[in-house]
Amino acid sequence: MKLPIFLDYSATTPVDPRVAKLMCDCLTQEGNFGNPASRSHIYGWQAEEAVENARRQVADLVKADPREIVWTSGATESNNLAIKGVAHFYHKKGKHIITSKIEHKAVLDTCRQLEREGFEVTYLDPTTDGLISAQQVADALREDTILVSLMHVNNEIGVITDIAAIAEVTRANKVLFHVDAAQSTGKIEIDLTAAKVDLMSFSAHKTYGPKGVGALYVSRKPRVRLEAQIHGGGHERGMRSGTLATHQIVGMGAAFAIAQEEMDSDNVRIKRLSERLWNGVKDMEEVYMNGHPTQRVPGNANISFNFVEGESLLMSLRELAVSSGSACTSASLEPSYVLRALGMNDELAHSSIRFSIGRFTTEEDIDQAIELSLNAVNKLRALSPLWDMFKDGIDLDTVQWAAH
Amino acid sequence: MAYSEQVLDHYENPRNVGKMDEQDAHVGTGMVGAPACGDVMRLQIKVNDSGVIEDAKFKTYGCGSAIASSSLVTEWMKGMTLDQAGEIRNSNISEELALPPVKIHCSVLAEDAIKAAIHDYKSKQ
Repeated sequence: MKLPIFLDYSATTPVDPRVAKLMCDCLTQEGNFGNPASRSHIYGWQAEEAVENARRQVADLVKADPREIVWTSGATESNNLAIKGVAHFYHKKGKHIITSKIEHKAVLDTCRQLEREGFEVTYLDPTTDGLISAQQVADALREDTILVSLMHVNNEIGVITDIAAIAEVTRANKVLFHVDAAQSTGKIEIDLTAAKVDLMSFSAHKTYGPKGVGALYVSRKPRVRLEAQIHGGGHERGMRSGTLATHQIVGMGAAFAIAQEEMDSDNVRIKRLSERLWNGVKDMEEVYMNGHPTQRVPGNANISFNFVEGESLLMSLRELAVSSGSACTSASLEPSYVLRALGMNDELAHSSIRFSIGRFTTEEDIDQAIELSLNAVNKLRALSPLWDMFKDGIDLDTVQWAAH
Repeated sequence: MAYSEQVLDHYENPRNVGKMDEQDAHVGTGMVGAPACGDVMRLQIKVNDSGVIEDAKFKTYGCGSAIASSSLVTEWMKGMTLDQAGEIRNSNISEELALPPVKIHCSVLAEDAIKAAIHDYKSKQ
């Protein structure tokens, strides 16, 4: 069976073979299998050394101190630990949190949980380009605000948030700033010596590392305190108990070291491929790139093919592994909440496809994606009553739809 | 998600795609659904003087199951009387296409489209 072309690097990435090799060395009896917390023998010491080496590699990519890195099971856990940890520790100082409507569910659902616990959350509206500005954050601050949580790069539309500018506002107002950087490591420069960010979540598997491991940056200067969410042996300075998964952690460290080494060359190549893709489809009628045109990571191309429904488009694109902004497979029939938050109309939101390009994408992959997309869109438009109406000059917004 | 062979067949080779003149007194047009919900079906029937559906056409914006549901009913309706067509139920459609529970609404929409087309035709007589 011929596998579809993988253009879903924003969902996950394959583990880089160089990383996989190092991980395998930490599993078997001949390998580095010890418990990093074992202090009484060399098995433990060697495992601890590997874990600390990986901690340095992760810290180096974002210019942090290794002592500021806490291992977790992934960005979802990092987001939970950062947001709940701050809320529970600082609740006497205030009960107000600021985030945005286009955050990942790991942030939004965590905030919902805190609302049930009595916290108040402000959800900022992005611009139609998907940006959240420092001014918006400043305007939303209250006396009792304790935390601002925003993502660095949006997973659906690839737009980059100016975290350095927002961090100036939060620091000046003595409010903590958490950034979900799951989608940005290895794609854009992160300098935590310059940006006044207090907490930052990382994921290994979006950056050619393994699934099941992530990290949380917890600033030491100024010192940020967290209430632990997982209790046990007091690992990770009490912030996150649980035996450290040496092989996972070594994988994350190696993946982040490669990202640091190869980010510039990867970016040049990926940008060229994503421009090739856009140039290949943009001349069709009614095709739109979603999100800010320039303030975005190169690997993400979220494109709406108007008057074609996303799920049927995916069905025609079975030779491509991409994702759709349309969530018709669920009973809700709601299109992507991110695209809706940009103020996009329903037809366009239902018509979007996210192509995400990565380290192993080739020019042939892109050329094939272009050809398949053009054919599929033309075929489905020939079937679409909305396309007929558009061609007849009917404004779809004036039609009285019999919603069901 | 996995699609049934029947859905794939109608999706790959949709039957009776097209558009008829809405103004024609012999033509009944049913348009149901909404872009907001992710599916819009336009079903048209051409009825002869003895009340038999001579031709049926559709165009559908929606998922594969919605396209297949509308394609299937155009096939069924041809040669039926209006009364017979009015008796097609969504359960007939979902059974024939082996639709999973989350796609039942596609067959409901197709049944609504049939009713709307018949209603439109009758209101013209």
